[in-house]
Amino acid sequence: MPINAAAKLSRKLFAKDIPELPTRNGFGDGLLLLGAKNEKVVVLCADLTESTRVDAFKKAFPERFVQMGVSEQSLAAIAAGMALAGKIPFIASYACFSPGRNWEQIRTTIALPETNVKIAGAHSGVSVGPDGATHQMTEDIALMRVLPNMTVLVPCDAIETRKATVAAGEMHGPVYIRFAREKSPVFTTEKSPFAIGKANILRTGNDVAIIACGPLVYEALLAARDLAKMGVEATVINNASVKPMDEVTILAAAKRCKAVVTVEEAQAAGGMGSAVCELLASEFPCPVERIGLQDVFGQSGTPRELLEHYRLTAPWIVKAAQRVIKMKR
Amino acid sequence: MPAVRREVPSLTEKKLLTLEAKANEIREDILRMLTTAGSGHSAGPLGMADIFTALYFHVLHHNAKKPTWAERDRLFLSNGHIAPVRYVTMAHAGYLPKSELTTLRKFGSRLQGHPEARMLPGLENTSGPLGDGSSQAAGTAYAAKMDGAAWHTYCVMSDGELEAGITWEAALFASRNHLHNLTWIIDRNNIQIDGYTEDIMPLEPLHEKFAAFGFHVIEIDGHNIREFVDACDLAKATFEAPTVIIAHTIPGKGVDFMEFEPAWHGKTPKDKTELNAALRQLRTLGGKIASEMD
Ligand SMILES: Cc1ncc(C[n+]2csc(CCOP(=O)(O)OP(=O)(O)O)c2C)c(N)n1
Ligand SMILES: [Mg+2]
Repeated sequence: MPINAAAKLSRKLFAKDIPELPTRNGFGDGLLLLGAKNEKVVVLCADLTESTRVDAFKKAFPERFVQMGVSEQSLAAIAAGMALAGKIPFIASYACFSPGRNWEQIRTTIALPETNVKIAGAHSGVSVGPDGATHQMTEDIALMRVLPNMTVLVPCDAIETRKATVAAGEMHGPVYIRFAREKSPVFTTEKSPFAIGKANILRTGNDVAIIACGPLVYEALLAARDLAKMGVEATVINNASVKPMDEVTILAAAKRCKAVVTVEEAQAAGGMGSAVCELLASEFPCPVERIGLQDVFGQSGTPRELLEHYRLTAPWIVKAAQRVIKMKR
Repeated sequence: MPAVRREVPSLTEKKLLTLEAKANEIREDILRMLTTAGSGHSAGPLGMADIFTALYFHVLHHNAKKPTWAERDRLFLSNGHIAPVRYVTMAHAGYLPKSELTTLRKFGSRLQGHPEARMLPGLENTSGPLGDGSSQAAGTAYAAKMDGAAWHTYCVMSDGELEAGITWEAALFASRNHLHNLTWIIDRNNIQIDGYTEDIMPLEPLHEKFAAFGFHVIEIDGHNIREFVDACDLAKATFEAPTVIIAHTIPGKGVDFMEFEPAWHGKTPKDKTELNAALRQLRTLGGKIASEMD
């Protein structure tokens, strides 16, 4: 099995008992590490302390925790003000409200002046489940990646979310980190590489390149395993650093495979897949299929039902791979 | 053009008793529905059952068989997470079959976790993200005033969402435009997700704040249906200013282990046993009377 050894993936990768955790847990863990390392790190939350997992930070560093109430617009702008005074604020809410509701405040007070604010968007994607469309944020990757100066991270599991949180706190400048409500397989390990601006090759193959971000990276790996059984070898790339994107790694894979599938739990329009298409359109045009929400909102249901209904799971990735391979010249 | 005023009918003692009994049935159905769904909010819906009952069974001019009737009063729900109380009351009022209540939050249901107007006729607005209802209701009331319409616009909202700036933007607008055909009803239950409102982000003095924004302010006991009906009548008799009814309610009303407890904001009875304990509380009015089912 051509899993890339350098990716140091879990030995339980395809085991039935692979541990599962919500990526938001990694955010909580990362904040604790950062808080202990750097006194300038402060956390602001808009009445969602437990569900965004900032409760551990609040407990450990109560004097550095700020309760904002249901006020996402000033959540962003107050954090910007604190950053101007030297703090490193993390703002936590659901992605629908931050950056959903406060996008203009983020644009004017965080992105444009490059204040050192980190925006944490919880409960992204349709896997939010029963709460329904109003609470399932699927437009945030598109909204955030078009902001100049903004770094956009979409980590794939709880361990990588912790690493991404720490990396965000250690770099200077605005960062958006996206995570999910539902638990998902923890398939990377402590030793798996993570760096902002770097994509990681998880599996190598020459027939198709599957470029994914977020917990659906695991579905991409499952799809690659199924494709291999049909004699198709896929490269799988974890593209957690949506912006800045690792153009070198992605272009090399596209050139080798000449067919690409992108996978994300977000609107296919404007998201990570669109970023890949923008790159390929100018550097190496080739067939691309984008797995994601096809211009529709989510709805209530169980996370699994919804992932399947919106065609975001491994069997749909397999089909998309077969289609782009057929289109190769 | 002055609108024709439609009265709130007077409330007889006999009708009051039926409304109170109805509110309790609605509470029971809310708990059953939430337990079946396995996720959702208990505290807010139980706290607002009396007001929703009074709205649908006494105050609103509406027609369950014609949810888009042009002359209906409009009821907006801003704090969408308390949708269960609206769904159940609408089912009792004939908008949907009661059997459909078991589909709450399930795939393909019209009863989305947060209410979606495109799914279920009669909902008026889509909500969940807090604060947006106040402005939508103000916009509808403004349009109604432009047309000299006779109907009234109500908006149910929560105290937590008074922390959202948009609420006060809407208040400025409603007051500036003398929206006397608009009534806001605030579920003043003192809780939100992270704790008590006065610890999270103090809202008091609320009465004075709204008065300063140009509202006609009425404070009531949100479990006293007569007080609520009288307040709605007063609201309609007010000219030039929008009305806000600050309804003091008990979150989780009727179930002692849920009352006043922020932890019940966003959870449901975890199983049949907990559901039955809660239902028993409702049947015995908190142990004050005997349950016929014991
Ligand atoms: C804009 C926005 N921010 C955050 C949330 C998450 N949220 C849902 S309910 C709630 C608590 C609000 O307090 P309140 O409505 O008074 O709650 P209740 O009294 O019903 O428990 C929060 C923060 C939301 N729905 N919308
Ligand atoms: Mg409240």
